[in-house]
Amino acid sequence: MINILLSIMTASTPLLLAATGELVAEKSGVLNLGLEGMMLVGAVIGFAATVHTGSASLGVLAAVLAGIAMSLVFAFLSLTLMANQVATGLALTIFGTGLSALMGAGYVGTALQPLPKLTLPGLSDLPVLGPLLFHQDALIYGSFILLIAVAWFLYRSHAGLVLRAIGDSHDAAHAIGYPVIAIRYAATAFGGGMAGLAGAYMSLVYSPSWSENMTAGRGWIALALVVFATWRPGWLLLGAYLFGGIMYMSLYIQGLGVNLPSQFISSLPYLATIVVLVMISRDRLRIRLNAPACLGRPFFAAG
Amino acid sequence: MWLALEPRGQRSAFWTYGSPVLALLLTVVTAAIIFAALGQDPAKALWTFLVEPLTSASGLPELFVKAAPLILIGVGLSIGFRANVWNIGAEGQFTLGAIFGGWVALRVGEGSGWWVFPAMLLASILGGMIWAAIPALLKTRFNANEILTSLMLTYVAQLLLLYLVTGPWKDPEGYGFPQTAMFGDAATAPILIAETRLHLGVFVAFVAALLGWLILSKSLLGFQLRVLGSAPRAARFAGFSESGLIWLSLLLGGGLAGLAGLFEVAGPIGQLTPSISPGYGFTAIIVAFLGRLHPLGVVLAGLVLALSYLGGEAAQIDLGLPNAVTGIFQGILLFYLLGCDVLILYRLRFGGKQLGGKSLRGASR
Repeated sequence: MINILLSIMTASTPLLLAATGELVAEKSGVLNLGLEGMMLVGAVIGFAATVHTGSASLGVLAAVLAGIAMSLVFAFLSLTLMANQVATGLALTIFGTGLSALMGAGYVGTALQPLPKLTLPGLSDLPVLGPLLFHQDALIYGSFILLIAVAWFLYRSHAGLVLRAIGDSHDAAHAIGYPVIAIRYAATAFGGGMAGLAGAYMSLVYSPSWSENMTAGRGWIALALVVFATWRPGWLLLGAYLFGGIMYMSLYIQGLGVNLPSQFISSLPYLATIVVLVMISRDRLRIRLNAPACLGRPFFAAG
Repeated sequence: MWLALEPRGQRSAFWTYGSPVLALLLTVVTAAIIFAALGQDPAKALWTFLVEPLTSASGLPELFVKAAPLILIGVGLSIGFRANVWNIGAEGQFTLGAIFGGWVALRVGEGSGWWVFPAMLLASILGGMIWAAIPALLKTRFNANEILTSLMLTYVAQLLLLYLVTGPWKDPEGYGFPQTAMFGDAATAPILIAETRLHLGVFVAFVAALLGWLILSKSLLGFQLRVLGSAPRAARFAGFSESGLIWLSLLLGGGLAGLAGLFEVAGPIGQLTPSISPGYGFTAIIVAFLGRLHPLGVVLAGLVLALSYLGGEAAQIDLGLPNAVTGIFQGILLFYLLGCDVLILYRLRFGGKQLGGKSLRGASR
């Protein structure tokens, strides 16, 4: 039972990390559909850096920087040059998929030790709670800390208020004198860094290896999670663990040798994403009340 | 600021068409730099990528064979994108078209009859439409984002294909390979020019582009699609049915993608396998944008992107470069295109901070 919960946590963390970053970007009005591409590049860079330096910390750092670099390409095109955000995000994913495949070609088949688990003397030995809460890798703790930090930032800090104001009405925010584009750059870069981190989690913890397209749509599922959460951090946590649970279940059922074709079970997370999206989106009012009003809209400072 | 943008006040006709050309040139320059970084002689690598594939006798026909699915899908997508309907699951609709058409082909086996191939065509259109109807239904009925639903269905479609070719449809005489039996003669796309792989699908792709152009430019429907895309509120006030146009965009895109899938498996491939597409459904998105969401532009753009596939294969064989460079170049091309498109609505000003910008703009109006 404990092992099941541990596996669910491992499956949920990349979703939570990527979705937390995207939440901040979307709150500022930036819809970056390039999550999948940024995660893949983060995964391959994180893996390669860890193999070459022997340090997982440096690998994680490299992955975060790679995610930021990717997101800045997106930011330059969609914020500075006002390109369509949907199309730019797709381009980022197409580019990232190719780039990660090219860079990772030499690493297919290489294996790594997973990130070490942090141990707290005494607490880690507690029954049940010990392994779940006090014997995890640093990134799982990080995912919770970052989510709480983001929630605090968005709803309790002045800067977060400004960011949300920009996402809801960039013209008004601009008129008051806030630097709309600069703050959107920062939010986009944060989203990119988090996507890179999520990618590193895939290639360093979830399955410590590299294979082409190893994120298998998790970037897109994370995007759906933000809608599922109706842009609220608490719901994001719930959603990420719900989907982590579904992903784990589909692996678990296959392991049981159930007499169902494995492809049917593998398609469960994707179908569940659709079902959840439908359930949330049918309440149009709720979406309209919570979605950042300027999501995906370009901003030009006239005058 | 080192770079400032100044609104033109109207769309620049020159840059509407100049932007794709500039983007292509920038992509070629960037490609040369990437080739150099990979330790290749840039001139030789560019020659291998861009020219060599066309020099052999089979070069041009192969270019059209690769372009056919891109054009078919691109025409459908460009009509949808105009109406701001973001069907990015064409890859899945392509797969369903191949599955539906393939089912007919496998059912008739070696049996022949003139009706077999037309039946496959209809089945494939139906398959693509069914897969696209799901996002359409979820969008119009439940307001669910079609980007995410259509993309999720792409993953499901690929798993479904994998299930079929490793399970119930697997060829018992296929030495354990995950593939179906080869389609019979009556279930194979007719070849247009002997000794080449140029099949009926190439002709159909050009016809589709022509029809798409007629619909968009000459019909009320095309007008409604354009209004919905550029001014959704105006479209609503004018009484255009938004959900009707969403349905139409997705069904059209899905049907054409399904057709493209059929022509691949009944043409160059000849059977169902787990990998029937090198990402045509996604590349067609680039084709639609590069072709300016115009069906005739899509034809040109389809040929350009088809060359990127041929070039990628040539670079893999002759230079030992991974096939992934094709995807990188395609992504870079779309980056440059989206970036260059800023010139359609804005003028670039380089140099110092533009203090008098406001009054200058006022004067120019």
